[in-house]
Amino acid sequence: MDILVLMKVVPDVVEELEVGPDGKSLDTSFLRTIINERDDHALEQALLLKDKHGGKVTLLTLDAPDIDDVLFTALAKGADRAVKICGVESVQSTQTAVKLFGETIAKTPGLLPVDLILTGVSAIDDLDGLMAAPIAQQLGWAYTGVVTQVALADKTATVIKEFAGGVRGEYEVPTPAVLGIQAAEKPPRYVPVAKVRAAMKSMTIETVDAPAVEAATTVEVQQMAKPQVTGHAEMIEGSPEEVADKICELLAKRGLI
Amino acid sequence: MSTATPSADNGNGVMTLENLAKFPEGQKVYSCMQCGTCAATCPYGDDLAFPPRAIITMLEAGLIEEVFNNPGLLNCVTCYACMAKCPRGIKLTEVLLPLVKEQVFTHLKEVPAELQKALENTMRYGNPMGESPRKRALWAKSSPVPVPVIAEIKRAVDVLWFVECYPAYHPRGHDGNRATAKLFKALGIDFAILGNEEKCAGECVRMAGETGLFEMLTDANIKLMRKYKFNRIVTGGAHAYDALKHKYPAAGGDFEVHHTTPFFAQHLAQLKPKLKKKLDYTVTYHDACALGRHNGFYEEPRALLQAIPGVKLVEMNHSGVNSICCGGGGGMWLDTYYAEKGCERLSERRVKEALDTGANVLAVSCPYEISRFEDALKVAGGEKRMVVRDVVELLAEALED
Ligand code: SF4
Ligand code: SF4
Repeated sequence: MDILVLMKVVPDVVEELEVGPDGKSLDTSFLRTIINERDDHALEQALLLKDKHGGKVTLLTLDAPDIDDVLFTALAKGADRAVKICGVESVQSTQTAVKLFGETIAKTPGLLPVDLILTGVSAIDDLDGLMAAPIAQQLGWAYTGVVTQVALADKTATVIKEFAGGVRGEYEVPTPAVLGIQAAEKPPRYVPVAKVRAAMKSMTIETVDAPAVEAATTVEVQQMAKPQVTGHAEMIEGSPEEVADKICELLAKRGLI
Repeated sequence: MSTATPSADNGNGVMTLENLAKFPEGQKVYSCMQCGTCAATCPYGDDLAFPPRAIITMLEAGLIEEVFNNPGLLNCVTCYACMAKCPRGIKLTEVLLPLVKEQVFTHLKEVPAELQKALENTMRYGNPMGESPRKRALWAKSSPVPVPVIAEIKRAVDVLWFVECYPAYHPRGHDGNRATAKLFKALGIDFAILGNEEKCAGECVRMAGETGLFEMLTDANIKLMRKYKFNRIVTGGAHAYDALKHKYPAAGGDFEVHHTTPFFAQHLAQLKPKLKKKLDYTVTYHDACALGRHNGFYEEPRALLQAIPGVKLVEMNHSGVNSICCGGGGGMWLDTYYAEKGCERLSERRVKEALDTGANVLAVSCPYEISRFEDALKVAGGEKRMVVRDVVELLAEALED
């Protein structure tokens, strides 16, 4: 059972995001990127399946700052092969990312065949989850998303999908298939730095040139702005009696008592 | 195996469990007489699976792999109690346990979630809380005494103040920072901080067994500090002090380093006349493992506290070398894991002793202890009877305004 995992980076929201001078995009001078969390879960799900069934796990990513660390960490965790697509901006519109991944998968020898392609079902810059489905369409494979469990058998995958309100459904998907992973069956594993360093010495990251794709122009960003602060909390200070008086006063003023 | 072991290279390379006997302090391990004092002293003696005594037996019997495959040693909070009490003077917590802990960590089937998050955060953001490194020095804006950043003032300073993560990000740590700045000013000390460039000193990561990450942090901090000119480092972090003092030199970072408590004690003659405000507190002092048992600073904090007018110092049942660990240190990110195992929280055991003294202030010298003990006091129902204060906070309070 061979699995291809698609990973991309997204802006790291721990760092404060700034709007760029064009008022339509993020200021890249402060931007730090981080691997899309759900893609990390896709990797974990692939490794769990490998632990169970054997086979090979290959990673395909778009080049980004620090991406080598991510890839070597994945190799140290148990992935077999890491390939990065070079010559691209690290943060792409989802539509462009789909084209880059799709073309690369089709044209790079040795990436296919696989039984499954796993990727995060969504990302903070792709809340609609528009990555995996178009890639499945392009390959003519089945797709299903919001997956939280995968069991593999010959020519089928049985997956658990999560719906709103705690409802779950079990589906059978013919393989090869593309699955959008919501969460792996277990949280992504930790690998000690010493093992990552060993992977850096013993393994290599392959590179492929980005295919020439036309920039997608399906959606145009008109304006980007930070949320406006519309209200604030007021701390009432003083002795308990004073605080109680002030609370009564406020409630009365707002017509609540 | 580890390159972060405390041994100096004596021509036999880096100390490992296989070549222990080639190093004097390693050879001592084999002098163990199986008295069991270590296991009896250990605050988690029952939970270790293999206490130091048993580790040595397994090592001698060639069965050490069995110890590696048991997560029991995660319960070693690195409190230095066994080492302080071993009649053979075996450097258990310094030499043997880190080598074994590293292997136990590497062999873990699953890293406890809270610890994993802290390690991942430390790797990515340089602090275990996962805060933005760009906000590391933000606290300094709240200090009434200006706190210069060394890269900005572009000159040599006397004291490079290594702030460390908890004080940099935790609101209760900020209180201690403002106090430290005030004390530096009162003593006329020329100081600066590393600002946003500083990373976690890494000691808690090392104590958890993640030596690879510790080396990454050590290298980054040493490279950074070498860029600047200063006479000495002062840090309020007990574990940061421990790492800077005992581990950084082997990695090429041989700096003069002080912890705030002994540092201010050194300046007591100059400080004492300035401590004019009377503080009517009954204070009990908790000896941090890293400062007390590991570095012998028992007198310094007490001398400082007694110099404050009005302060009455009382001792807990276990104090000085017998102090009980707060459960931080090597167990810093394992509270949930210990709770799931059904182990007693050491911080709760400790605050009960503190409450028994009748003191209304629990004085500490390690920034982790503040939030640990404040939480434990709430659980023990003692938060109305006792407050937790860093020694520097009490000193700053006693300074004439
Ligand atoms: S206290 Fe020292 S001598 Fe006694 S069993 Fe423990 S390691 Fe051996
Ligand atoms: S260092 Fe402390 S916690 Fe660790 S084994 Fe020794 S006594 Fe126990």
